[in-house]
Amino acid sequence: MAIRRGRGVAAINYPTGMNLGGDPTQALVHSTPTGNFMVTLSSVDLGQGMKQIMAQICAETIGVPTDRVVIDTADTDTGPHCMGTFASRGTHRAGNAVIQAAKEARQVMLEVAAEELEVNASDLETDGQGNIQVKGAPQKSISIFDVALSAHFKRGRSISGRGMFLIPRSYPEKETGAMKPSTCYAHACTVAEVEVDDETGEVTVLTVKNVFEIGRALNPKMVEQQLVGGSWMGISHALYETTEPYYPNRDHGGTDFNQYLMPGPGDLAQTEITVLERPSADGPFGAKGPGEMCANPQIPAVANAVFDAVGVRIDTLPITPERILRALKAQAAG
Amino acid sequence: MELRKDYFADVRKDGLHEIGQPRPRLDSPGHVTGKTTYFADRNFPGMLHLKMVRSPHHHARIRSIDTSEAEKHPGVVRVLTARDVPHNVYTILILIQVGPEDETVLADGKVRWKGEAVVAVLAETERAAQEAAAKVKVDYEVLPAVFDMEEALKPGAPLVNEYHGQNYYLYDSGECRKVRFGDVEAGFAQADHILEQSYQSSPIEHAPTETTGCVVAPEGNDRFTCYTNTQAMFFTLDNASIILQMPGSKLHFVGGTVGGGFGGKVDVIVEPIAILGAKLTGRPVSFVYSREEEMQISSPRAAEKVVIKDGAMKDGRIVARKVTGYTDAGAYSRHSPYGAQKGAAHYPGPYTIPNVWIDTYCVYTNRTPSSAMRGFGVTIGDFALEVQMDKLARLIGMDPLEFRFINAYRDGDMKAHRQPTEGAALIECMQEASRAANWPVAEKYMAMSSYRKGA
Repeated sequence: MAIRRGRGVAAINYPTGMNLGGDPTQALVHSTPTGNFMVTLSSVDLGQGMKQIMAQICAETIGVPTDRVVIDTADTDTGPHCMGTFASRGTHRAGNAVIQAAKEARQVMLEVAAEELEVNASDLETDGQGNIQVKGAPQKSISIFDVALSAHFKRGRSISGRGMFLIPRSYPEKETGAMKPSTCYAHACTVAEVEVDDETGEVTVLTVKNVFEIGRALNPKMVEQQLVGGSWMGISHALYETTEPYYPNRDHGGTDFNQYLMPGPGDLAQTEITVLERPSADGPFGAKGPGEMCANPQIPAVANAVFDAVGVRIDTLPITPERILRALKAQAAG
Repeated sequence: MELRKDYFADVRKDGLHEIGQPRPRLDSPGHVTGKTTYFADRNFPGMLHLKMVRSPHHHARIRSIDTSEAEKHPGVVRVLTARDVPHNVYTILILIQVGPEDETVLADGKVRWKGEAVVAVLAETERAAQEAAAKVKVDYEVLPAVFDMEEALKPGAPLVNEYHGQNYYLYDSGECRKVRFGDVEAGFAQADHILEQSYQSSPIEHAPTETTGCVVAPEGNDRFTCYTNTQAMFFTLDNASIILQMPGSKLHFVGGTVGGGFGGKVDVIVEPIAILGAKLTGRPVSFVYSREEEMQISSPRAAEKVVIKDGAMKDGRIVARKVTGYTDAGAYSRHSPYGAQKGAAHYPGPYTIPNVWIDTYCVYTNRTPSSAMRGFGVTIGDFALEVQMDKLARLIGMDPLEFRFINAYRDGDMKAHRQPTEGAALIECMQEASRAANWPVAEKYMAMSSYRKGA
């Protein structure tokens, strides 16, 4: 009887957005009289930080600091349609809609600034700090605060824009399955290292080293929080979770967190994350949706590591001590 | 976290002002100080609480329902049965033309899974609603049930759902979604190694911090405001509009700040019946799942069975892959026909294989309906695919990581569903993993690229 060590690898990809497309999202952007920008959506923030990312996307596009942007979501009386937050689609779909709306608003803003500065709008640029200036002559500038005031009270212009993003729906061909499921894919490769106690069947995940390719890390800290959380969820799926432990038997299902097994802080592995960015052709600033993908590769990586450690294959999830011990017993019986 | 900017630097424009900056989240201070408002923070004078009477049987005919004792219970304001629901038989994907309508808001004549909603009780307090629910008498005739997908697909199995007529979803392609690419049998015939293996999972709970729920308030002008933690505002509003036969203009949904979803809040379950309760009583209604309901009543991730047959050459090339996937939808469709179809689009994984055959089935059994969850249609498939890859590598006698390099898809490669690969990055992920995990592979693999000349 011994503690045995093993490691396993898995490599995966994952589509961004609703399978086969046909999932629209809209956005509206307008400025307040003093040059703050409201983004109106009906997209849902599940705790992953959708509001923050939409604010950064709008700010980058218009050319203002992020704290000048306010996100108003999700009220169906005011927010234009969004299909919903699922299928790793929020950043990609809503982000594109926000960019389109913000571009339209930016154009009006530059036109008003051009009138105030008596130059052509095409000669203007934003400095990212809240000002609009003449390209090559930054001393000739006007604040966005003043531009918004002018637009509202002097020029009678609405600094606003409409955005819509839709990937047309694809219909699978009946006989061959020819179809277009998605326009871009995130990628991952994970190596997990485990210890298996061949007396108790218990698995300890020592390290999980994840490499994720996500198109573009729009906010690296938020990317990190999502990827680390996903990696933990992958371990949880591999070793612990199910509502029906003896599926297809319906009995013994957990009804609270005492009975439904999930890892606690002490059960989580040392987690490393490396991020690569290959911008997608149609993503906002190249972003793909890594929200779901990041919880997948740990499951087979852990399964393969368990085999590497003790030489038995557990092809049924979750990989419980009971299943490992039964397999070891069968192996010993030859 | 390490951001490796050296990869793909030639196709990326860096140096933006706001994008790529690790700005602190604007909503975090509210979350960590308990000041963020969630739907359940809405409290209205005179608000009623809704509790469900649920089926104790996996499959049964309802002979009769007697609500008289429950209605007399102190604090009870209204008891709802199937008769009160204007369009009781529904399915949520009807909005994207995926039918048939196959599920009841409140059971009518039959229950098809243990836990199915039968009668809704509205009372002044949660306790009164719970006590009254226990007084509802339902006379059941228990029917044979089927729990195992293979059993369900056999001739003569108990029929789970009459709206389908058989225990699988009927796609336009027949009993399963199909992908056919190349000649899989010819591929097996030329292979040096054949490996056929079966993988299985069981249902998994989303386990959000905040359970599914909503609070509905009548606005006094025939409009109803529904504060909800749905993941999809208009999808839920539009489905509620169909179920209640109420114009969408009468409905106002407010949400957007949710304590965890993971796909568990895209079914439309609590909102329509709570709005109906508010409409029929003229009072605000709260319907919030208990933790037990969240774990055993709300849709889990489907159990899946995946059978993979591969043909591979001694040099490591996979020349044929046949995948048969089974998704256990439970008693009703919800999002499962979509999930099984998404699996068909995902197989054979991120590898270039010349001969592929895929069948994915959506199967009905007498259990809690499954639905969307993070990685829908893909997570369990990836478990199966990547364990299979490990087994194949060992069968051939190759390093598992090097074996994946040989088969990894690259730009321009044709996928089984007949889309050329664009923007691949699997090879670079594996190269970086090789370094990060100190898992060396041959130099030729470290020199590979997802780019192809001219692609």
